[in-house]
Amino acid sequence: MATTAATPTFAPPAAASYEQSGIWSWITTVDHKRIGALYLYTALFFFMFGGLEAGIIRWQLALPNQHVVSAEMYNQLFTMHGTTMIFLAVMPLSAAFFNFLIPLQIGARDVAFPRLNAFSYWVYVLGGTFMTLPIFFGNAPNGGWFGYAPLTTMPYAPGLNIDFWVMGLQILGISSLAAAFNFITTIINMRAPGMTLMRMPVFTWMSFVVQFLLVLAFPVITIALVFLLFDRFFGTNFYEIAAGADPLLWQHLFWVFGHPEVYILILPAFGIVSEILPTFSRKPLFGYNVVVYSGIMIGFLGFGVWAHHMFAVGMGATADTIFALTTMLIGIPTGVKIFNWIATMWGGQIRFATPMKFAIGLIALFTIGGISGVMHSSPPADLQQTDTYFVVAHFHYVLFGGSIMGIMGGIYFYFPKITGRYMSEVLGTWHFWTTFIAMNLTFFPMHFSGMLGMPRRIYTYDAGQGWDTFNMISSVGTAMLIASTLIFVVNFLKSRKSGEVAPNDAWGAGTLEWSIPSPPPDYNFAEIPVVTSRYPLWDLKHPERTAGIAHSAPDIMTITDAHAVPVHEETGHKTAAELGIPMPFNTVKPAIAAAALVGMFAGLLFMHQNKFAVAMTITIGSAMLFVGTLYAWLTSPLE
Amino acid sequence: MASAAAVAEHHEHTHYTTTGLDNRKVAIWAFIGSECMLFVSLISTYLIYKGKSIVGPFPHETWTAPDGHKFNAILNIPVTTQSTFVLLMSSLAMVLALEAVENTGKPGYAGKIRGNASFWLGFTAVLGMTFLGYQAFEFTSFVHEGLTIHTNLFGSSFFTLTGFHGAHVTAGVLWLLTLMSISMKRGLTQKDALLVDICALYWHFVDVVWIAIFTLVYLIK
Repeated sequence: MATTAATPTFAPPAAASYEQSGIWSWITTVDHKRIGALYLYTALFFFMFGGLEAGIIRWQLALPNQHVVSAEMYNQLFTMHGTTMIFLAVMPLSAAFFNFLIPLQIGARDVAFPRLNAFSYWVYVLGGTFMTLPIFFGNAPNGGWFGYAPLTTMPYAPGLNIDFWVMGLQILGISSLAAAFNFITTIINMRAPGMTLMRMPVFTWMSFVVQFLLVLAFPVITIALVFLLFDRFFGTNFYEIAAGADPLLWQHLFWVFGHPEVYILILPAFGIVSEILPTFSRKPLFGYNVVVYSGIMIGFLGFGVWAHHMFAVGMGATADTIFALTTMLIGIPTGVKIFNWIATMWGGQIRFATPMKFAIGLIALFTIGGISGVMHSSPPADLQQTDTYFVVAHFHYVLFGGSIMGIMGGIYFYFPKITGRYMSEVLGTWHFWTTFIAMNLTFFPMHFSGMLGMPRRIYTYDAGQGWDTFNMISSVGTAMLIASTLIFVVNFLKSRKSGEVAPNDAWGAGTLEWSIPSPPPDYNFAEIPVVTSRYPLWDLKHPERTAGIAHSAPDIMTITDAHAVPVHEETGHKTAAELGIPMPFNTVKPAIAAAALVGMFAGLLFMHQNKFAVAMTITIGSAMLFVGTLYAWLTSPLE
Repeated sequence: MASAAAVAEHHEHTHYTTTGLDNRKVAIWAFIGSECMLFVSLISTYLIYKGKSIVGPFPHETWTAPDGHKFNAILNIPVTTQSTFVLLMSSLAMVLALEAVENTGKPGYAGKIRGNASFWLGFTAVLGMTFLGYQAFEFTSFVHEGLTIHTNLFGSSFFTLTGFHGAHVTAGVLWLLTLMSISMKRGLTQKDALLVDICALYWHFVDVVWIAIFTLVYLIK
């Protein structure tokens, strides 16, 4: 038994497969796994940052009539808490998994466009910095994460705050769109032989749906933001009520994007638990087809429910009824998934490792958030709840209880694949239980404070309205959540260096990513696997588990790739050059292009300082740098 | 050694893809799907704001300002019909450019205008630039007639919508000129057909969007 090995089976520096270490190699990398790691670290940093912002918010609200921060700073904090958590933490955490996992799960050596992938990351990190830095100067966005125009137009929101928000979101949108084109192409076109669509792991399936949501939803907010930017910078009338503009235009455009956005946040987590639950129940996912179809269904319906965010604006009975019905309808495919997960566990030989605890945590907590969601799908009920803490409770149950629980489970689950070492189970268990308890302590009382009429986004409140106790409990819960996250950080950092060494197949899972060394070599698969069922690795090791699912004979004859062989566990330590696998060159061009792109937007900021010449110099200079870099990029070979 | 080289060679030229299509072709379709939503948002806003402007000038009706100044209907359909025709013809030229590249060196193409990819790419770009010229003329004449991006909802939504389309045409022209310069420098052959194919997909898309704009903005009163 090789349990005494001191280093992971495939330690990159020792195996000399990468000549990749040092900062420069990270800036120029085009390897999807390293980019995934960059996404993970950056997004975890922003997650902590957003958490600290929440900590200050809860400190301010712990007692009545406090003035921990000024009201103006409070506005910036809640705006940036939402914006950070959505665009800079949860979406990029999902992107970390897309990057790391999709090529591994479909049996590919990289994404379709490795350099575009690096570009997406650099646009994200620079755009995130662009939006986050102003809070240190008291200039951060302060109009809520939804930035309702006309409130965010120049007459009502002078100053740079909203400019940072408008341009920051445009920049991040470009990052998401570039990544989405890349992953759509990867999933459609880079699957290993035999990896049919209905054999793809459910994480890849849910990611696939998410990419379509990104591609179709982001252009809408892009246009809404362009209108706002034009209104603010060039004096157009899109949100100018005096010129006859419709005060609801922004809300409609924003929520046509905003509702698919919430599925963009939750579906990757659904995908992750759909990988964790079968592994730790040691049986195939119950009703794979139905889980996939309901994911697609959620994606479709997600575009038809946006106006349920607007029941209070007076759209009229017909519109309210239609959107109430579509909203109730979307509960069905979501509920179907919950039952499928429960049925997956039913009769399984369950192992309660940390990832499994988080996965079950998701099922429990997301269901609570889902049920309160169905409650305010009814317009009369929603009128009582809208803009109260009840809604805050609802979306934290689905986003924290859903997305974050799923993502945390995913980090514990895939940590051995990413680093070659397990995270500590003891600390993991502490992390899970403290998070689970603190999460409920923080958000459950908000249902009550909301029902008692406490409005969202309120700076402070008078004592004696029945909210005091609930707010204190929520704040204590938040302090606990911060402590529990520290346990996670300690576990993460400690395990990276000295965690127990993990084999290829760290948990006895059934999908392709577990057939290759941990951490994977830069080329992923020495030989491209030929897939014959949904759980190729279980076919190899536990055929009894997959006896009931569909298989096909390996059709080697139709395969054109010289490297394709049936699924097996790889143990080799060869370099890409030894195997004759061409690898993409490292390049700094994507990072330069990203910097130029951010420069183009940043230059516009000077327009409001009446420095038109400076603005144009920076913007046009950056645009030229961008186009030049793009030409250099496109004319240099990939590998 | 020889076999390793053969493997490398094999990889160079036949990257296995699931659908058999090149990755770039799949990606451009995804991109076009996304662009559809971009223009849907722009066109919807234009239509929602149609007839909502408080002051003129208006697209299809004359308007008398409170000070008695009379403004004509802004949209000049005969002129825009010409530019629309030019853009449609550019799609035809684009098709011929792709055909020229796909049939490089074949009898009936070699040495003939039909097989001259540089000419057809350049011709497409010239037609695109002609369309942009029409648009520049249109924009300046509207400004002279009293309609700017600040004037009213119609001005804001019209200039933003058609300006976005014009920016797409400009990007397409740059793309075409780039391909043309490659074609003139080293010649494009069947191997490069994909490069032209992708550009053509984009160009036709931009063209189709214009048809929607021309119909919904100009023709429908």
